[in-house]
Amino acid sequence: MTTTTTRTSTAGAASTRRTRSSDTPFVTFEQANRRLKWALLAPALGFVGLMIAFPLVFTINLSLTDAFGAVNAGNSYVGLQNFADALTDTRRFWPAVGRTVTFTLGAVVLETVLGLALAMLMRKAFRGMEIVRTILMVPLLATPVAIGILWMLILDPTNGIANHLLGFVGIPPQEFLGSVSQSLPTLMLIDVWQWTPMMTVLLLAGLTTLPEEPEEAARVDGANAWQRFVHIILPMLRTTILTALVLRGVDALKTFDLIYATKGPGGGSDFEAETLNVYAYGLTFDYQEYGLASAVLVLFTLFIVAIVVVLRRRTERSAS
Amino acid sequence: MSATTTFRALRGVLITVVCAVIALPIIWMIAAAFKTNVQVTDPTVGLVFSPTWDNFRNVLADGALAHSLLNSLVVGVVSTALSVVVAVPAAWAVGRFRMRRTGSIVLVARIIPAISLLVPWYYMFAQLGLVGSHLVLILSHMFVSVPLILWIMIGFFEGLPVELEDAARTDGLSAFGAFLRIALPLAAPGTASAAVLAFIFSWNNFIFALILADERTMTMPVLLFNFMSYASTDWGGLMAAATLMTVPVLLAAVFGQRFLVAGLTAGATKG
Repeated sequence: MTTTTTRTSTAGAASTRRTRSSDTPFVTFEQANRRLKWALLAPALGFVGLMIAFPLVFTINLSLTDAFGAVNAGNSYVGLQNFADALTDTRRFWPAVGRTVTFTLGAVVLETVLGLALAMLMRKAFRGMEIVRTILMVPLLATPVAIGILWMLILDPTNGIANHLLGFVGIPPQEFLGSVSQSLPTLMLIDVWQWTPMMTVLLLAGLTTLPEEPEEAARVDGANAWQRFVHIILPMLRTTILTALVLRGVDALKTFDLIYATKGPGGGSDFEAETLNVYAYGLTFDYQEYGLASAVLVLFTLFIVAIVVVLRRRTERSAS
Repeated sequence: MSATTTFRALRGVLITVVCAVIALPIIWMIAAAFKTNVQVTDPTVGLVFSPTWDNFRNVLADGALAHSLLNSLVVGVVSTALSVVVAVPAAWAVGRFRMRRTGSIVLVARIIPAISLLVPWYYMFAQLGLVGSHLVLILSHMFVSVPLILWIMIGFFEGLPVELEDAARTDGLSAFGAFLRIALPLAAPGTASAAVLAFIFSWNNFIFALILADERTMTMPVLLFNFMSYASTDWGGLMAAATLMTVPVLLAAVFGQRFLVAGLTAGATKG
C-alpha cells in the first residue's frame, strides 16, 4: 500500500505538469468509449459465465431425472421425485444438514469472537507486530489437505502429542477424530485454528479505517474500555464484521478438503462428519446417484444463496 | 500509567500464547518430517533430536511426488498468468466505468459449491477429450482465480485517482492507452499481491484435480491424499510431503506478508 501511494504522488505531479499545456475539452470515462468497457469485461464475464451456465442447466436438468450410473444413458424425467426423496430422508440428508449448520455456526462464531478479540489486542502498534502478522498468515495460506494430515498426527489417539500433553494436566486420552461423538467438534476446532487468523486480518483492516474521534469523545465522557468497545467500536465495525461473516460463512458451509482428508468418504463409518458437501460428493462419485446428488446440490446452493442474500441485506442496511 | 503497563504486559502474554498455538503445529509438522519413523510416533520425542533427511529422500525417490509438484507448479503458474490477463483489464473497466453491479456477478462463482460443477464439467470436458489434461485443470483453477483477481483489483483501481488518467487522455491518449500506460503500472503492486494469492489458491486446490486429473497430471494435494490412504503408517514420509507442500506458502507469508494482507482485505473492507 505504501508503495502505491508514493508512486501515485510522483506520477501525479508529472501528469499535472503535462495537463497545463493542453486545452483539449474534458471527456469523462463514460463518454470516452462505451464499447471499450464491454471489450475488456467480455473475456472475464464470458469465461466465468460459460463455466457456470452449462453446469447450472446440466445440474438442474439432472436433478429432475433418475440418472444413475451414467449421466446420459437412458434417463427418464421423474419430476420433483429426487427433491421429495432428499427432503424426506432422515437418515442421511437431514443429519447432513444439521452437521453442516452445526459445523458452520460453531466454527464461524468462535472464529469471529476470537478473531475480533485478537484484532482488538493488535490494534495499537507494538514491538514484534510484523512477526505476529507473518505468523497469522501461515494457517490461512496453508494447504487444507496438508493441515488435515498434520492434525491427524497430532491428534492420533495412541501416538499423538495432544493426548501426551493432556496427560500432564490429568485429562485421560481422547479419541478425537477416531470417535463418532468427537469428530465434528474436533474438525470445528481445526477449522478455528486455521481460519481465526483470517478473521483477525479482515477485522484488523476494518479497525484501522475507523475514525478515532468518537472513541476519544467517549473516553473524555468517562466511558470505560468495555463500554467504548460495545457502544462505539462494535457499531462502527458492523459492516466489516458482517462482510467477514459472509466470506467465511460461505467457505465454512462448503468445507470439504479438511473433512474428506481426515474422515474419508461419508465422513466416517457412522457418517459422523458427513456434511452436505461430503454427502453430495459421495452420492456423485462413490454411488453415481447423479439424479439425487443433483437435487441435493440444488438445495444446498439455494441454501447458501439464501444465507448470503439475508446477510448482504443486513450489511447494506447497516452501511447506510 | 500502571493500568497501561498491566495492559501491555497482559497483551504481550496473550499474543505470545496465540502465536505459539498457531505456529507450533506447523513447527511440529516440519520437525516430524526430519524424524525417524520410531521417533515420529513417540510423543516423548519433542523438538530436540538428530534430524535425518531420509523421509525426504524416500518420498522423492520414485519420482511421483516430484512429478506432482511440477504439475502443481505448471497449473498454478499458467492459470494465474492467464487469469491476470483476463481479470485485470476487466477490473479496471468495472472500476473506471462504475460497473460494480456487473462486476459482482462473478461473485456467484464464490458462492456455488464446487461439487455441483464437477459432474457437468467432467461431462463437458470428456466430450472435448480434455479430462486428465493440464488444460482442464488450468481452466478449472482459473474459475477460482479470475473472480479472485477481479475482486481484488476492482478495489485497487477504485483507489487510484482518476485524475491521472483524465490528464493522460487530455494529452491525447485513448482511454485504453490511459489504462495501459498509466493505471496498469500504478496497479503493479496490487496485481502482484492478487497473483500470489491466486497462485496459492491454485496450489492448495484439492477437489478439482481429485476428479479432473489423471495419474499423469495429478497435483500435489491429490497425491498427498492418495499417499495417506496407502501409507497411513509412514508418518515421517507424510510429514515430509506435507512440508514440501507448505514451504512455498511459508516463503510467501514471510516475504510477502504486507502484500498478501492488502490483497486479502481489498474486497472485504469495502463490502
